[in-house]
Amino acid sequence: MDNIYEVLSEIVGPEFVSDSPEEKYIYSMDPGTMPACEPDIVVMPGSTEEVQKIVQTANAHRVPVVPMGAGLVLSGLTRALKGGIVLDMKRMNRILEINKLSRYALVEAGTSQGMLQAHLKKHFPDLKHSAPDAPPAATVAGNVCIHGSGHMSHAGGFHSDMLNGLEVVLPTGEVVRIGSCATSAYWFARAPLPDLSGLFLGWAGTTGVITKLAIKLYPNYPYNDVGVFVCEDASIVPDILYQITGTQVAEDVTTWMTPKPDWAAGFMHCNVNYGAKTKQELIWKRNLIRSAVESYIDDKTGGFLPLPSMMKQRFLEVPARQLSLFADVRKGGGFEYVGAIMPVEIFPEAYDLGLDIADKLAVSYSMGCRIIGVNHSMMFFYAYAFNRADPADIARAQGALEETNKRVLDMGGVPWKAEAPAQQEIIRKMDPNTFDMMHRVRSILDPNGIMNPGNWEDN
Amino acid sequence: MTFDLQEAKREKANINNGKDSRVLTECATCYACEEYCPYGNHPFYLIVERQEEKGLLPSPAPITRQQILMMKPKGTITPMKVTAPVIDMCYFPMLTGSIREPLYENPSIIVGSDVFCNIMWLHFARNSVIRDRLPKVIENIWHFYLRDSGVDELICFHDECYASFTHLASAFNIEVPFRPIHVFEYISGRLDALQGTIKPINAKVAYQRPCSNRLIPEIQHWVDEIFLKIGADRVARTYDRENALCCGQVLRAHQREEMADEIQNRNLDDMKNAGAEYCVFNCPACMATLAEAAAEKGLFPIHLSDLCQIALDGNAPKG
Repeated sequence: MDNIYEVLSEIVGPEFVSDSPEEKYIYSMDPGTMPACEPDIVVMPGSTEEVQKIVQTANAHRVPVVPMGAGLVLSGLTRALKGGIVLDMKRMNRILEINKLSRYALVEAGTSQGMLQAHLKKHFPDLKHSAPDAPPAATVAGNVCIHGSGHMSHAGGFHSDMLNGLEVVLPTGEVVRIGSCATSAYWFARAPLPDLSGLFLGWAGTTGVITKLAIKLYPNYPYNDVGVFVCEDASIVPDILYQITGTQVAEDVTTWMTPKPDWAAGFMHCNVNYGAKTKQELIWKRNLIRSAVESYIDDKTGGFLPLPSMMKQRFLEVPARQLSLFADVRKGGGFEYVGAIMPVEIFPEAYDLGLDIADKLAVSYSMGCRIIGVNHSMMFFYAYAFNRADPADIARAQGALEETNKRVLDMGGVPWKAEAPAQQEIIRKMDPNTFDMMHRVRSILDPNGIMNPGNWEDN
Repeated sequence: MTFDLQEAKREKANINNGKDSRVLTECATCYACEEYCPYGNHPFYLIVERQEEKGLLPSPAPITRQQILMMKPKGTITPMKVTAPVIDMCYFPMLTGSIREPLYENPSIIVGSDVFCNIMWLHFARNSVIRDRLPKVIENIWHFYLRDSGVDELICFHDECYASFTHLASAFNIEVPFRPIHVFEYISGRLDALQGTIKPINAKVAYQRPCSNRLIPEIQHWVDEIFLKIGADRVARTYDRENALCCGQVLRAHQREEMADEIQNRNLDDMKNAGAEYCVFNCPACMATLAEAAAEKGLFPIHLSDLCQIALDGNAPKG
């Protein structure tokens, strides 16, 4: 490692390499429950060429490489499970192009959600990207890689669906471009070429290092509103979501269920966010959404909360600040959730599961879902807060997460951005031929097994 | 709702006799009938009573249940020494910034869920919640604040509280051991005391009369007197006084959005067309509901108390 340290220093400059204990400690964990795993070295490249050289060096020495954005995935995917180099991409944060008319942004992989949001607000106020409800420091690339979702996911699907193209440094050091950018100066789409982006999405950094990406942008409307539909019967929620999303006028449809404050316990809240160019159009959209659920309003089984505009502001915030408040509900700042991708029709079972586990393990919980596409699926989340200074509390949250993962799989859902133990549960359920194919693809791309080892491996 | 005289008599008889009536499902709960009734027979309270008996909820059941839970007394009230004037801000702490010198002289402020008057359940067919909670609220105010402080007057900042203590309580046979005073009466007296310092507003104002004021029309004259004292010209318009329109928020709770839109626009356009520069509120719910829309129409939304403060000290409202 001493020799590698010197080589890395030459590549990126000595100020961007560290093997000091305090740095390694910080990079050994994320805010979730997974135990710490220290890297040997942390390095911050400033360009694709530097990433290339680092990967080539690591390959030559058979040293693991763990790509990292902001390290906020919460499920420990950027921990160096087998030591080696953590490749912190934050210096590569340039916004390279905003193509207004084709509505896309080309950014380096370390560009944060907040940077892109601020840049668009300042220079392209008519455009926005689909921001997740993550801290603004989270990277655009990281969220695309994990099949994240955000405030345009009803309109545009997973964030990986909003990907137009990639630049990737392969584990063997070659730089490849995927999408229209492979043959054109424009990063406008993944189609019509063979779509190789799937080799790098959902793989937890085990197949290469993304250095640039282009994502779709959307109209940023001057008028925005939210309706909060409330009901008390989980069995009717799938149809309510089906009816609302069927209008296709919303940008984001989410649900939330929480036992605190007391008035929220037992109620399902469905937030429907939408925007418009004019106030008249906004009202027209509101009426369309309402008419979709009119039968529930008429029979009094559900309805929209009467919220004055000042009380709507917290539901219109992007990202939603409320979620970070929940993260500290137990004090100590520990927060992790099982986000499970599921069909919307199993919402009632998913809800009952959350209540059951919270009751059984006495954990503080919050549940909800974000609709992906036109009710095509949902990211249902079970969030558990814990006190990081209390090992027993961490263990309790870990237990809740593990049980949730297992039962989600039994229900037909798939844990999202799965922790290493959850990956094992998924592999056990997975069609063996599929897993074998994953293994073969990975072996071709990464013959020396240097990329984020310990993930997506059969133990 | 529109009726000819015969139908109105028939529907009223149906309500009186506990029979079905379209009034019970179509009522917008504007309280106007309570004001119009020349005999003090409390027609609106009977409508609400019948709605509750028959389970005819104006709002969806989850909305009603959740609102009742949200506004329930938290039971966190503790004894506090107060001195007159004691200003009751009901549930709404966001307007406590309005209670300041010179208009209010060394005031004590009480606020919170445990002193919330609960009159709003008239809009939700829930007289039972009022019967359950209002006596406790009155007891809280008396026991925790007024009695041991030797104060027997309570200045009600909102029409809702004053109407609850003076009108609703007696109709529901609930005793009130203190003397409620409407904030308008207090303000009017203070403006007299501070007469020499008043800088007339010299502006045209429209007043948004709240639904709960229909229960206490006898205090309406104070509004005119206050405007006169601060040099504000209350514009003559169609939808004022006995012909006032609802702010629309209750209609939204009843899921009647398009009716709410129409009424709000009609109301604000009426203010604007009458030449008003300010849209003046007393009810915090009306203000929260209409302020933004009023501002979009070029009207300056302001609480009546803050308008008086401007006349006294020229300072913009706080809080």
